[in-house]
Amino acid sequence: MTTKRIVVGAHYGLKDWLAQRITAVVLAAYTVVLGLAILAGPPLAQASWKALFASPFIRVLTVLAFVALAWHAWIGVRDIYMDYIKPTAVRLTLQVATIVLLFAYVIWAANILWSI
Amino acid sequence: MSEAARGSGAAGARPRYRNIDVGQILQYRLPPAGIVSILHRASGAVLFLFGLPFLLYCLQLSLGPDAAFAKFKAMAANPLAKLVFLGLIWAYLHHFCAGIRYLLLDLHIGTEKDQARTSSFAVLAVSLALTLVFALKLFGAF
Repeated sequence: MTTKRIVVGAHYGLKDWLAQRITAVVLAAYTVVLGLAILAGPPLAQASWKALFASPFIRVLTVLAFVALAWHAWIGVRDIYMDYIKPTAVRLTLQVATIVLLFAYVIWAANILWSI
Repeated sequence: MSEAARGSGAAGARPRYRNIDVGQILQYRLPPAGIVSILHRASGAVLFLFGLPFLLYCLQLSLGPDAAFAKFKAMAANPLAKLVFLGLIWAYLHHFCAGIRYLLLDLHIGTEKDQARTSSFAVLAVSLALTLVFALKLFGAF
């Protein structure tokens, strides 16, 4: 008995497509909140800047934003590789390097926030 | 099919691109939606390559001990650094505004040709205007 399986098709990218849009909304919300906080406030001083990021709420929010950013960037950069980089070995190497880099960035962000 | 793809007898010497080639990039005459689109991709790439590590570096300095903060302050006071900041801010704001346009298009809002054209101009204008606001903040106007 054979099972007919469709191994190609646009719907294979649906999860990524959706994830890119959900992370975009998260990042947009974070941008507006932080952008307004910076623009509306007085010129930033060291103490108030540190106090802002020392708040547990902002810390968690910021790390979540960085996770969303890494996820969002992964899908976008992967799309660019798929469009312009044809040799499989080169594309795979770049993809792995990108994932490692993005993981490192998220860890770096968390490290910065919890060393205040 | 678009006019450009068919070519046109009346326009005569209108260029026709059958197989696109990197060398022809500067000859393309993109519609506003095309300009917004390629800038969305280019700004995304720039933000990934330079913006993200630069942002983290600045965050580390600015939230670090006093010496690190002083280093950040000195760096941020440099007019050349301000221009780099501003370039990245523009890349971010363009990506942001174009992204909102795409989210709306995904929801089938503004998909008519003239609406899409208007929203393309809006993306370019709003992102530049917001960049100007940040430029004024950056150079200490308010």
